[in-house]
Amino acid sequence: MRMVVCVKVTPKAEQVRLDPTTKTLIREGVESEINPADKNALEMALNLKDKHDGEVIVLSMGPPAFEPHLKLAVAMGADDAILLSDRAFAGADTYPTSFTLAMGIKKLGNVDIIFCGEGSSDAGTNQVPPGIAEWLGIPQITFVNKVEVVDGKVRARRTIRGGYEVVEAPLPVLLSVELGCNTPRFPDFRRKRWAEREFRLKVWNKNELGVSEEQVGLKASYTTVKELKEAKMRERKGEFIRGSPEQVTEKLLEIIKQYL
Amino acid sequence: MAGYKSIWVFLEQNEGVLEEVSLEVLGKASELASKVGAEVTGILLGHNVKRLADEAIKRGAESIILADSPVLENYMTETYTEVIAGLVKERNPDAFIFGATNNGVDLAGRLAVRLGAGLIAHVVELELEEETGLLLGSVPGFGGSILAVCKCVKGRPQMVTVRPGIFRALPPDESRKGRIEEVQVRLKPEDIKTRIVEKKVGKAIDISKAEKVVIGGVGTGGDLSLIKRLAELIGGEVGVTRPLSDQGIAPRDIMVGATGVGLSSKLAIVAGVSGAAHFLSGIDKVENVIAINTDPDANIFNHADYCVVGDLFKIMPELIKRIESLKG
Ligand SMILES: Cc1cc2nc3c(=O)[nH]c(=O)nc-3n(C[C@H](O)[C@H](O)[C@H](O)COP(=O)(O)OP(=O)(O)OC[C@H]3O[C@@H](n4cnc5c(N)ncnc54)[C@H](O)[C@@H]3O)c2cc1C
Ligand SMILES: Cc1cc2nc3c(=O)[nH]c(=O)nc-3n(C[C@H](O)[C@H](O)[C@H](O)COP(=O)(O)OP(=O)(O)OC[C@H]3O[C@@H](n4cnc5c(N)ncnc54)[C@H](O)[C@@H]3O)c2cc1C
Repeated sequence: MRMVVCVKVTPKAEQVRLDPTTKTLIREGVESEINPADKNALEMALNLKDKHDGEVIVLSMGPPAFEPHLKLAVAMGADDAILLSDRAFAGADTYPTSFTLAMGIKKLGNVDIIFCGEGSSDAGTNQVPPGIAEWLGIPQITFVNKVEVVDGKVRARRTIRGGYEVVEAPLPVLLSVELGCNTPRFPDFRRKRWAEREFRLKVWNKNELGVSEEQVGLKASYTTVKELKEAKMRERKGEFIRGSPEQVTEKLLEIIKQYL
Repeated sequence: MAGYKSIWVFLEQNEGVLEEVSLEVLGKASELASKVGAEVTGILLGHNVKRLADEAIKRGAESIILADSPVLENYMTETYTEVIAGLVKERNPDAFIFGATNNGVDLAGRLAVRLGAGLIAHVVELELEEETGLLLGSVPGFGGSILAVCKCVKGRPQMVTVRPGIFRALPPDESRKGRIEEVQVRLKPEDIKTRIVEKKVGKAIDISKAEKVVIGGVGTGGDLSLIKRLAELIGGEVGVTRPLSDQGIAPRDIMVGATGVGLSSKLAIVAGVSGAAHFLSGIDKVENVIAINTDPDANIFNHADYCVVGDLFKIMPELIKRIESLKG
């Protein structure tokens, strides 16, 4: 089985701030990581590989700075990693993002299962996975937390309101994987060292992907961001209740009583 | 100026019940439509769901396009996309709004690419841009701390998904009348590649409008008995942080935060929760937040009205005992 895992690298949400005057994101000093749900997607793919054999390829669209994170994915067990990187890809909304990734998957060829995270931790639109599936004209199963491959078909359990459903689809298929549905493995120490020192990341630009400037990035986007603004968080009292356990309970009771 | 003739609303139904968020979207769409003189049309797919069309009309739809067929009984990406894409291509609505449920975004994400349309994700604010008349949707990013105000600069319809629990549904108005147009469904079962082999849904619990909520986090060690008891005593609901749902300890429906439910309660008691960005947006509308945490530097204390530094397993039993004796 040939599997592709789409991996985005995202900034740690807690560290991201808006510059109050320029209204742009302050990127200095912000750490980034593999988008958490994508680690779950990778783990799910590696699990299937453990069971059925095959190959797991990590695919990402982004700047060269993604490299160390993609190497980490290789250290975790991916067989190969490809970065789609070109200045022309910048400023993409989900429409060209899903297109560019779909073109990467087409170039790879003969892919049986494509895994994505359910959503990213920065924008988290959840729109890229269905977009990729549509560009490729294949079935999608989103918000998946369990999967098995039986007789050349995928059976995946997805979360819906009030419960779950199990959907069966023929290969090739795209799955978006629920954040936290498994425990991503730690990279093996030796493999990590190998990935860092010897593994060569493949980088494909727009020419290698066979796409024109008009099909990608900002130019091909249907939406634009007019402005960024700080979500005004509600002002809180921040009053610390101190004292003996009895005093604390007493005070809490006083507050809660108003609502009984 | 963007002209508007029609604004479409996807009426999501599960097991013959309209999703609350679809009614909320209808309410918002009616408000927008009255400003631009457009008609609000509800798009309803299902099997034997005509009475839901009547309900949607009472809640703000002026007309309904109904596709009723056994193949549409359950939501499936394939069938719903096929039917709805056909309708959009035929009639060219100016805007199309969906509730951002798992199925809503599964559908909208697929449709947007098929139609060549822009799609604004799970907005928490939706208005019209003065100069252009375009929809402006505020998309929470980075856990909800930052909002990106987005618009669809090309492609039609302008597509938007709306976060549940943000907008208000209109109260039912029995006197309202509307057109219901039933369309033919030409899908053949043999053309459908995917199938649902199992489905298990209980009554979905909606804690978004509960007046009181007691929320347990990882600090509970997964033992929610104190959380449940306190909630029961004060007549409130139970909520959890995402990791507890991830571990299967609590259902997704009661998960609070950016990827879960946004609360609008008067009181929330939050115990054993660190206060991550993706969690905090879920309690931002709560009037009064009490936090209990062993770590005096926990970020939750920066977002609480009353802060108790201490072990929830010591504080909560005391509190429960006092409330029990109070209630006799
Ligand atoms: C605050 C904010 C709001 C935004 N709102 C919108 C909006 O409303 N509409 C819109 O069209 N665009 C929007 N964007 C732009 C959008 O973030 C980008 O298009 C982005 O490239 C992909 O979207 P996502 O992060 O939401 O992906 P999601 O759809 O949430 O990602 C799901 C999965 O797709 C895969 N994936 C996504 N991006 C990549 C990648 N670059 N490389 C590899 N795999 C990937 C991953 O597996 C990921 O887990 C917004 C951006 C920001 C910062
Ligand atoms: C894309 C994305 C989306 C996410 N969406 C959500 C979401 O919607 N909702 C959500 O909740 N999370 C979400 N998360 C996860 C989020 O980032 C945090 O990991 C999560 O909220 C942490 O949960 P917690 O506070 O329960 O656990 P922890 O961060 O582990 O905190 C546990 C706290 O309990 C305290 N504690 C320990 N023992 C005790 C005790 N005996 N008494 C009192 N206090 C004690 C500790 O001091 C600590 O502060 C999301 C993450 C990502 C990447």
